[in-house]
Order: sequence, then structure tokens, then C-alpha cells
Amino acid sequence: MTDAVSVLGSQHRSLARDVWHQFWRHKGALGGAAVFILIAVAVLFGSMTHGVDPQYLDYKAKNQGMSLAHPMGTDNLGRDMFARVLAGGRLSLAVGVAAMALSLSLGSGVGVLAGFFQRLDGPLMRLTDLFLALPVLPLLLVSIMLFRDPLRSVLGPEVGLFVLIVAVIGITSWMQTARIVRGEVLAVKQREFVLAARSVGTRPHRIIVRHVLPNALSPITVSATLGIAQAIITESALSFLGLGFPSDFPTWGRLLYDGVPFLGLTPARVVWPGLAISLTVLSINYMGDGLRDAMDPRMRRR
Amino acid sequence: MRLKPRLFILTLAAILSLVSAAAGERGSDGQLKMLYWQAPSILNPFLSGGTKDIHAASLVLEPLARYDEQGGMVPALVVEIPTVENGGVSTDFLSITWRLRDDVVWSDGSPFTAADVAFTAAYCMDPEGGCSAASRFQDVKAVEAVDSHTVRITFKVPMPFPYVPFVGSVSPVIQEKQFEACTGARAPACAEQNFGPVGTGPFKVTEFRPNDIVLYELNDRYRDPNQPAFSSVLLKGGGDAVSAARAVLKTGEFDYAWNLQVEPEILAAMATAGRGEVVSAFGSMVERLVVQLTNPDPALDDKRSTYQDGANPHPFLSDAAVRRALSMAIDREILVAAGYGPAGRVTCSVLPAPAVYASTVNDWCKIQDIAGANKLLDDAGWVRGRDDIRAKDGVRLSILYQTSTNSVRQGTQALIKQMWREIGVETELKNINASVFFGGDPSSPDTYQKFYADIQMYTNSFDGTDPQNYMQGWICDEIPGPENQWLGQNIPRYCDAAYDELARSLSKTAGTEQRAVIAREMNDRLVGHGALIPLVHRGEVAARALSLGGVRHNAWDATVWNIQEWHRLK
Amino acid sequence: MLRYAARRLLFSIPTLLVISFIVFALLDLAPNDPTAQLPLTIPPETRQAIRENLGLGQPFHVRYLRWLTQFMVHEPLNLAERMWGVEIGNSEERLRVRSWSTRAPVVDLIATRLPQTLTVVGVSYLVAVLLAVPVGVFSAYRQYSIFDHVGTFVTTVGFSVPTFFTGTVLIVVFSATLGWLPSIYDTTHQVTDFDSFVYQVRQMVMPVMVLGLYNAAQLSRFTRSAVLDNLNQEYVRTARAKGLTEPVVILVHVLRNSLIPVVTVIALGLPSTFAGAIITEQIFRINGVGQLLIGAIESADIPTVQTVTFIFAVLIVVFNLLADLLYGVLDPRIRYD
Repeated sequence: MTDAVSVLGSQHRSLARDVWHQFWRHKGALGGAAVFILIAVAVLFGSMTHGVDPQYLDYKAKNQGMSLAHPMGTDNLGRDMFARVLAGGRLSLAVGVAAMALSLSLGSGVGVLAGFFQRLDGPLMRLTDLFLALPVLPLLLVSIMLFRDPLRSVLGPEVGLFVLIVAVIGITSWMQTARIVRGEVLAVKQREFVLAARSVGTRPHRIIVRHVLPNALSPITVSATLGIAQAIITESALSFLGLGFPSDFPTWGRLLYDGVPFLGLTPARVVWPGLAISLTVLSINYMGDGLRDAMDPRMRRR
Repeated sequence: MRLKPRLFILTLAAILSLVSAAAGERGSDGQLKMLYWQAPSILNPFLSGGTKDIHAASLVLEPLARYDEQGGMVPALVVEIPTVENGGVSTDFLSITWRLRDDVVWSDGSPFTAADVAFTAAYCMDPEGGCSAASRFQDVKAVEAVDSHTVRITFKVPMPFPYVPFVGSVSPVIQEKQFEACTGARAPACAEQNFGPVGTGPFKVTEFRPNDIVLYELNDRYRDPNQPAFSSVLLKGGGDAVSAARAVLKTGEFDYAWNLQVEPEILAAMATAGRGEVVSAFGSMVERLVVQLTNPDPALDDKRSTYQDGANPHPFLSDAAVRRALSMAIDREILVAAGYGPAGRVTCSVLPAPAVYASTVNDWCKIQDIAGANKLLDDAGWVRGRDDIRAKDGVRLSILYQTSTNSVRQGTQALIKQMWREIGVETELKNINASVFFGGDPSSPDTYQKFYADIQMYTNSFDGTDPQNYMQGWICDEIPGPENQWLGQNIPRYCDAAYDELARSLSKTAGTEQRAVIAREMNDRLVGHGALIPLVHRGEVAARALSLGGVRHNAWDATVWNIQEWHRLK
Repeated sequence: MLRYAARRLLFSIPTLLVISFIVFALLDLAPNDPTAQLPLTIPPETRQAIRENLGLGQPFHVRYLRWLTQFMVHEPLNLAERMWGVEIGNSEERLRVRSWSTRAPVVDLIATRLPQTLTVVGVSYLVAVLLAVPVGVFSAYRQYSIFDHVGTFVTTVGFSVPTFFTGTVLIVVFSATLGWLPSIYDTTHQVTDFDSFVYQVRQMVMPVMVLGLYNAAQLSRFTRSAVLDNLNQEYVRTARAKGLTEPVVILVHVLRNSLIPVVTVIALGLPSTFAGAIITEQIFRINGVGQLLIGAIESADIPTVQTVTFIFAVLIVVFNLLADLLYGVLDPRIRYD
């Protein structure tokens, strides 16, 4: 979050400070940020205090409920669920944020260009149609066939797959953002202040950065918050199809999927990963709301 | 004295149950609802080969003889099973003569004759037809109708076990009248015939929606006037195994569900609802580890995972001590308990059934022996490094272990990874989508034939009860490689002249007992060498409602093989 | 406007051709194999014969052109024949796109699947829209009220919890424990009288709820943010200053303007009602188009996957066009020239 603001801040110091102030006065945003930071700290450093290997199988202690030794119980092979939720969170959050960032930058880039420059509109929107129409599953199969082994040998099994999965999710999910942003840009373009800026000869990239982007920010933040959740869920669907991370690298989506058949037996297996996903998405949502309000030029003036 | 009343009640119950079974009237029990989560897509088994399609077709189409739940052959459309003793099989094993029943008619009323059998053979042997049962006819020279109710099959080579074509629901008889315009390249275009074959079985198809439902009603021309008890059958497809089990065991919406490979504790928890029970039957399925005996190093490029006449050995799995230690370190009891429950048994043989073929020579593997495995590796010079992983001459014991995507298999992978960790072996797990892993796409690096890994795991089995073709899969000529488009069946790339010799003598030997001696020795060599590490003898699991009677769960033939005897318990 | 629409329509033909080529090529490259699902007892030679029988041995361009003519020429002709009952040319000889696993024409398979998909997925989409728009508008209007907080929470949970989870929970509660609703959708069920209608409703409740919640969650987020954007615009203040009543301001002025992005999202989501909701169809065994697609992918039934994805692509292109045209209708500031 700080990064996003400081990028803008390098150009307009006062704007950055304004946004910063607004954001921290926003109760929802504050709560959201607190929860998100809590989750992030927990998954990053929790394993230091908990100290159980998420891959260690204690077969005699399988399907256990919550206890002091296993705060979230164990799964059907006797793995500690708390350690797995923590480990899964690291991977899920990383995938979610990275894939969202990729899809958001692709989507808003294409959307802004298509909306602002009429000449690019046709080709870019046909490109969007093309990507929307691509069958995702076969695309995945092909890209995994082509790139899994090379990436694995260059970056190792975990990082290689991470890059591949983030790329695949990002490349197949930017289209909706692009369409929404384009629509918003089309509308903003006709507003008086943009017309005015144009008439005084402001360069297009300045108009985009100063006027169009801030006004298109609210659909972009909504896309971003939905995007993280979608990336986390898409990743779980990938594991389900055997295209995601190997089974010994848990993610939240995968833990949830694996836990569903055990719903009647050990409900803790679905409750915790489900809660983790929901809380994360919820907190990002509130932060997005706060950011949107803070960025809104009209609200800032008040 | 105290025993008597109980005995009396038991006898009474037995008599009553006999009476109720005998009094079963044709079509008196209403609709039977079956759930196949892998839905049937076509009802012509020759054009599919998928087990689900074969099961769905077996309600309609019948073979000449089928297997019962013990693996014994029982006549279906024939009077008796031909043998050398009764003159049905020639003494040189070059022909077999089947005598057909004369009281069988097709469901459209026309008589069932030897011409239909001969036609079916011609249909499946047509090289353009793409028949999935073609291997059953590969040694057949001719199938002729001697008279209207006698069929003689002649073979190109002596067949000590001649009960291959038309035995079991994989190769049933189809009607000549219906399919005569559908031979060869025209076979796939006959959608109407392929979706609604006319048969001799207890039911006939009334509606078929591919991959969704099949509706059957009873065949009123079926040869036994009292069967079947159900007037109609609904076979619903789709969904997943867990919810299929739930629909029978918990909600009671369905009477029967097939192929429930689900973690045992889930099935056990559902069964406590008291509506149904889980049944399993053991055939020849064995979940095994296949050991890569050639070098799968990507740097080798087109020589990767190829045999090269023994010049391309695996860096460490070519060491017999390592293979043996890997097998010793596995606690198979835990694998069974975690993934299979009543549907699995510990096995140390890739040929655990029928009973006569089962060998006990390698049963040392049934008990985990970590200390022994460690000692074996120590003696062989594999010493633990700083990271606790064993190495020798710069080669680390680091294994890439792949299998298809399936929650039970991933559980097994995790368990084995940890067991191997205890003997200083590092494991990287990889799972591959089943449609890629078991596919034969020569351009894909992830097929089980290419085996670009050190260890892989899957289940294999054989059709019927004779293991000859199955055991011949591990001869040197069957090693897959680029020169045969990776089509061989010898996945571990095992090559042993003595084994090849045994395979040759098996194909010449008659008599179950003598054949069993050879087959057992082949199994012992294969497992003793360590090319294959058997893990679990798997059963077929199904669930039946407690109100459904007559189910004799069968792993040697379609599980619905005796559906004409199924009935509602009152 | 009309000229714009015509130009776009014309433009979509090359787009679709490119898409058809990419879809075909992608699936051709994909490493699955139609014989992968067969038991391992079937030897490799037989598998090879089956593959050749399916036409896999032929070169790529031959297969692509054949599929293209079958789908673009033969199938529309068949459709025309069936609709008007006339015979055009020799229809017996006309080759059709056939599925590998069922050997039946793919278009016929889709036709048997469409009714259940359209009823279940269509109704759920309708429910989602009817639910999401009012909720979104009201929670924006009363931003940070209790209603807004509860709405935000419920929609976020609805969106972040995958359908395979909600579906299973509903089945466990309403079918397995309470026994109120059937867990398996009966595709052969026909509505003839009131009782059968009630049964149809009962078997639709759970899938519609699962899908509806999921879609409504997304839609209401977008509606809320769009309305919030407009509430702060000058024209709203002007309208209020003019003395217009709140309902008029909100329902006429704000709603009309905020619906522009929402309509895009709704229109873009519509093609998916035809393509089905893959996971939900699977869980409740609705066996519609989505289940056809996932089954075909699993069994590497390439012709079916190609045809279904291509039809899906056509729908996406058409609905994108519709969304763009709707933009023009709703927002007079956008001029198409």
C-alpha cells in the first residue's frame, strides 16, 4: 500500500499526503488494514512460534479435533492443520497478490489505451474478446506441458511453478478489468475537465495519469479486491485438476478442497482455510473501499 | 438346549428368504436406481472400452460365458463350457467349439444364432473399425458358424487358455441384423445402434442420454420367465465419488453406486446412517511403484529414459540394494489404512489373484524394516551427508516420484515420502492429470510410458482370470522407446533373459497348475529384482442399499453381471 | 449507431476465424489423449488403432479445414433443414462434427444439454441480478450503515467461498441431515402438473442458491461502487438542489448513470449461463453443457471441447457487441463514429 502511494507521491507530494490522511481516517480501511497485516504477519512469522513441520505426518494422530498440540486439529494423514494453514497462507497470499497485480496492470493498461485512443480501441477490444474466448483448461495443459520442465530446471520446483501459475492466472483474468476500465475511460473522456485539459494542449499521458486514472480508480480497486479472491480460488481449482502446486505444498484453496469430503468428520478442516480466505478478501475489500474514498478528488476536498 | 430355539429361528429365516427369492416374480420390484459417477457415454462396448460403458452395456448385451465372483467361468448364452475333456477344445489347442442355447431370442423377437457370433467377430476384427476389444481376437484365425447353434473359433497359434473371445462382458455378442450396415469405418456413424443395441440380456434400453442417464426396462423375451425382478433400471451419471457414496449410504436416494475410491473413514462415517453398506471385491488390481531402471536425466535429450541395450542405466536405482531398501522402508499397513480401508490389502506380489497364482516368496516386504533398510544402504556404501541425505560418489539419493492426480494417491505419496526420509532418501512429488498421464500422446513429456521420473505409481490389472498377456508385458521386447512410439508395456525397462524364457514357456504350457507354477516364478523374479514394488492389492468398491438383494459383487467381470437376480428385500 | 453496429458485426467475422484457429490449435497441442481413460488392460497397439479410427493420424490443416466446414457449413444447413423441414442437397452424406467418446454429433449432444443448463443457470443468473442491483444501490446509498456492512460481509463471503464448498455444505445440511431436498438433479423430470412443478422447484433450489449467491456477490460489489461514484457527482447535487425527491434522484438520475458499467458486467456474464456453471452442474449432477465440457476435457474428447468452446466464443463476441451497443443507448455522451 505504501508503495502505491509513494509512486504517486513522487509526482504530487500534496496528493499523496492527502490520500494518506484520508485513508487512515477511514474506519473500515483501518480495520481492514489491521486484519490484513495480522494475517500477513501470522503466515509469515507464525511458523516460528508454532514450530511444527506442515509436511510431517503423525499417522497415529489423524483426524483429530482442536487441541493444544494441534490448535486446528489434524488431517486424515495426521498433518497439523495449523501449520498447514500458515504455510498455505504464504503461498496463497503470494499467488493472490502477484496474480492480481499482473492481471490488474494488464487489464487497466489495455482498458485505458483502448478507451483513450480511439484508433487502438478496435484492435485491443478484439484482443480482449479473443482472450475471453480462450478455453482456459486446455491453455493451462499446453502451457504446463511446454513450460513446467524448463522453469523447474531454472528456478526449482516451487518457484518455477509459482511463476507459471501466477502468469497463467494473470493472463487469463485481465479481460473483465480491461472492459470495465475502458467503459469508465470512455465516460470520463467526455467530461468537462478532460475536454478542458485537452483543449489547453496537455499531453495524453499527463491526462491519463492526472485525470483519467484517478477517476477510473474505483472500478479498478473493486477489480483488484475481487481479483485476489479469484486468484486464490483459481489456484485451488488448478490443484484440483493436478495443474497446481504439488500436493506437499499446501495452499488455502487446496486445503479447503481437500477438506470438503471430510465435512461431516472433521469440520475444522474446512472452517479454518475457508475463514482465512474470507477474512483476507474481506480485509482487502475494506482497504479497497478506503483507498477508493481517499483517492476520490471530490471527497478529498471536503 | 439353549441352542435349539436359535437354530430353529435361523432355519426358519433361511427357508423364508429362499421362499421370497423363489417367489420373485418378473418385474414385481419396481425401479432399480444406480449411480455411476463416471457416466456411460456409449452403449457399444466395442467402440469404447471404458469400464463404465461396458457395465452399462452388460445389462443388454451378453457374452457366451462370464466369470462369477470367484473367478470361475459360468455359461451364459451357451449350454456348457467347452473343455478338452468334453471335446469342446481341440487337443492341439488350435480351436474351441461353443454350443449355443436354443432358447435365446433377441429382445426384438428374432432368434439368436451362431451367425450373430460370427458376425460379431468379423465386426471387431475389421482393421478400420477401431474395436477396443481387438486384442481378444488377435490370435483368432476364423470364427465360423458350424450350424445354427454351434460356433467354432480357430486360432493362429496354440492357445493353452482358449477362453478369450466372447468370455466376459468386454466382448459380448451383438446382433447381426442391427449392426450389419455398421462395420469398419462406418461403425462410429451408427449413433442409433451404438446408443440402443438390441440384446439378449434381462433389460433393454428405452432412453439414453450420453454421459447423463440410461433408462432400461425389462426384456419380456428374457430366457428365464421369473427374471429380472426389477421392471426398470435408471442409471444416472455425473458428479464425484464422495457424493455418489452419500446418495446411497446416507440419503438413500439411490440403490447402488459403483467405483467409490474414497478415503475409508468417509465411507465408514456415512455407513453409520444404516441405509446401505460398502461392498468390495478383489480382482487382479495392484497399486504398485514402478522403478525407473534407465536414466531419465533431461540432459540426455532423446536418450532420456531409453534402454539402449542396457547402456543407459539409472544413476542409483540400478543398484539392487537401493531398490530393496526403498521397498523395505514402506509400511504398507499404513497405506492401506489411510487410503483404502476394506478395499485394500497389503501385497508383495504383482499377481496376487486368482489364488492359485498368488506367491508368498517376497512376503518379507509385508513388514516395514527401517533398520534393515538403513543397514542395507550403509553396507552398499550410501552414506548420509550433512543434509542427512545419502550419497555415493557424488550421486545423491534424490527421487522424483510421479503419479496421476487423485486424492488417495497424493496421500500415499506423502506417506511414502516421509518413510523414505527415514532411510535418508529425498523425494520430490509430482502429480499429473490422469488424461495426460495415462494418455499416449508422443509429444507429451508427462505420460507414464515416457516415465521422465525415477519412480511412478499407478494400478494395473488384467482382463479375465488368465495372466499370460499381463506377465508377458515385462519381456525385453516390450520396453517402450522412440523406435516403437513408446508403445511398449514394460514400463520399468526391465530386461532379463531368464524372464523372457519363462514367458515363452508360459505361452506353450497347458493346465492351470503347471501354468501357475511358471506365472508365480515370473512374479517372484520381477518383484525380487525390484523393478516393481507392489504396494496394495486393490478391491473394487461399491455401495448398495440394504434393501437391495442378490448383489454378488464381482471383480472378474462387470459388477452388474448377475443383475437379473437382483431384487428388493422385503 | 446502425453503421457502427454493422461495422462491428462485419469485424467480428475475422475475429471469430482467428479464435477458431487458436482454439483448434491449442486443443490440438494439448497433451491429453482420448484413450487415456480406457483400462490399462487394453494393449498399446489397440489404442493406436482406436486413435487412427478417430482420425488423429491426419495432418493438422486437413483436420482444421474439415472441422471448420462441418461446423460452419454443414451444421447450419442441418439446422435450417430441421427448422423449415426442407431438404437442402444431400443431407445423408453431410459429415457432422462427432464426439469421440459418444460417437454422436456434438451439436445434438449440446441440444440435449441446453434445457437443464438454461433453466438452472439462467434462473440463478436472474435471481442474482434481481438480488444484487437493489442490494448494491441501497448499500451505496446508505454507505457504512448496518445494512451496508452486513451486505458487504455476506457478499464477500459469498464471493470468496468457492461453489464446491457451498454446494457440498447445502447438500449435507438439506439433503443428508434434514432430508428436505433431493441432492441429485433429475434431468428426465417433466413438469406436467402442480406436483411435478413443486418437485422441479425443490430440485432447483440448492443449485440456484449456490450460483445465485456467487454471482450476486460479484454484481452487487460492482453496483455498489458504481452508485457510490455517481452519488458524489455534481449533477446529483444539482438535482437535489432543484428540489427533486430522493427516490427520483436515486432511481432516475443516479441509477441510470451507474448502470452503465453494471450492464457491461451483466452482459459479459450472460454467455456463461449458456456455457453452464461447471462446478455446480457437477456437484448437483445437472449434467448440462458445463458438465459436457468438463467431461469432454477429462476424456480428451477434442471435437466436443473445440465445438463447445467455439460456440462459447461466438456468444462472448456477440454479447460484447451487445454490451457496447447498450452503452450507447444508456449513455448519450458516448458517440460511435
